[in-house]
Amino acid sequence: MSVLVYIEVNNGEIKKSSLEASSYAASVAASLSKKCVAVILQSANNVEASLGKYGVEEIYQAQISGSLNPALYADAISEAAKESAANIVIISNTYTGKAISPRLAVKMDASICSNVLDLPTSTAPFMVKKGVFSGKAFAFVSLEKENKIIALTPNSIDLTIVNRTPIMKALQLPESQESSYEVSGQQLQTGAIPLTEAELVVSGGRGMKGPENWNLIEDLAKTLNAATACSKPVSDMEWRPHSEHVGQTGITIKPNLYIAIGISGAIQHLAGVSSSKVICVINKDSEAPFFKAADYGIVGDALEILPKLIAAAKLLS
Amino acid sequence: MKILVCISVVPDTTTKITFTENNTKFNEVGVQFIINPYDELALTKALEIAEANNGTVTAIHVGPANNDANLRKALAIGANDAVRIDKTAADAQDVAQEIAYYAKAENFDIILTGRESIDYNSGQVCGLIGALLNIPSINVVTKCEFNGNIASLERDIDGGREQITVKTPFVASAQKDLVVPRIPNMRGITAARTKPLIVLAATYDAILSIHQKYELPLPKASVKMIPAENAEELIRLLREEAKII
Repeated sequence: MSVLVYIEVNNGEIKKSSLEASSYAASVAASLSKKCVAVILQSANNVEASLGKYGVEEIYQAQISGSLNPALYADAISEAAKESAANIVIISNTYTGKAISPRLAVKMDASICSNVLDLPTSTAPFMVKKGVFSGKAFAFVSLEKENKIIALTPNSIDLTIVNRTPIMKALQLPESQESSYEVSGQQLQTGAIPLTEAELVVSGGRGMKGPENWNLIEDLAKTLNAATACSKPVSDMEWRPHSEHVGQTGITIKPNLYIAIGISGAIQHLAGVSSSKVICVINKDSEAPFFKAADYGIVGDALEILPKLIAAAKLLS
Repeated sequence: MKILVCISVVPDTTTKITFTENNTKFNEVGVQFIINPYDELALTKALEIAEANNGTVTAIHVGPANNDANLRKALAIGANDAVRIDKTAADAQDVAQEIAYYAKAENFDIILTGRESIDYNSGQVCGLIGALLNIPSINVVTKCEFNGNIASLERDIDGGREQITVKTPFVASAQKDLVVPRIPNMRGITAARTKPLIVLAATYDAILSIHQKYELPLPKASVKMIPAENAEELIRLLREEAKII
């Protein structure tokens, strides 16, 4: 028996969120005396070394050609689960993971829990902690079926180095079904760090006074190697794209550091960022509710504070 | 063109979340319930597609009778009819199974859902329905245009965007950029009173997962304030004290 982890690849590199999922799988496998097995469906650099480092013992490898159809991926992962006798599958709760994991649950007749934030609190019953109410609360959910799928939120667990030498195996792909689904184009932001996976995030609100001042947010983010984000009013006014909007109706993130600049901290915004490990708030209103959720605070004008932070950060790097 | 829109009913975004019965149950006292914001996007998009293609829109919801008011709201926004599966669902799989069972017999061309519900945040219903009905599923969709029975969609991917073409039938989930949600007008509200709202009994009773207990985040220790004139100090603290940069 084994615990299977699905490995996502981006630009020929294994994604960090998949290394976290591997570390998670290795830990669950160890606690259940099972084998930790990975499945990877695209070519990537350093597969053996990078997965072995976090405890993977066996790697099933195949290459899916053509469209990135979630149905085909679910079929292939299900095949790997069958081959490796896995009844638990760990997958990242990324957009890709969310496209694949529900189809895999149906294929494997499994219970599924997504948005999972930590290692299982118990294995009998198999119980995990998931984020609910868009970051305002947590739920402890038991998965009742024999087969289980865990969709793990990026940046949720620390990587544990185990250093194994995995055995490579070729995965025989199942015959692909007819489908009208076709990917006709794809644009990846180059250079920028995807917000959902960023460890450091610099975020701006109305206190930035206008889109023309965003170079300051971008400068600080670049110096710190952070991603940029914004509040709902900022994306509603189209100062910034919707894809940067964090909060209850935007995306929920949990970086190590969230710097909120000129954001007052409405309950809907806090919901999306409250799981961040360290929160810094810069706001000219000392009564802004965000200060109650912050670890560090500065009362002052965003446009005056930011250049000082950028200068100090540049000195460090 | 027959379109089905899946509606989830969720606490208003300003709700302060609390739990009762020893933290095993969400406390609904004083809570205002609304149509899940992402489902409102799905509904509006469905209406646009129906208007351009001489189609009909059915709104479906899995939930108890006190959610009928929000289904009436979906009818007021413009859905032709509504179906409620009478069940307090245990999880996303429970919801998806009930909807897929209903949809299978009705042969919808398009099924739309929200990207996720803002209460349980699973983001699973779209893919689950796709797999259960063995049709393509496309999640986090920001654009959807039709040419006959071929749809051109755009979806968010991690760190970018992707374009997809697919033939009906398919299921897609709505992401924020898809459309500006409509709100009901007086005529719609009046018309909604006489539109059909059918209540059906649930089909499934198997339990796949159980929400055993809830917990609220721990309050933060008090904030460390840095005077504005020493703003640079923040960067030093983040490096030397918090050790995260």
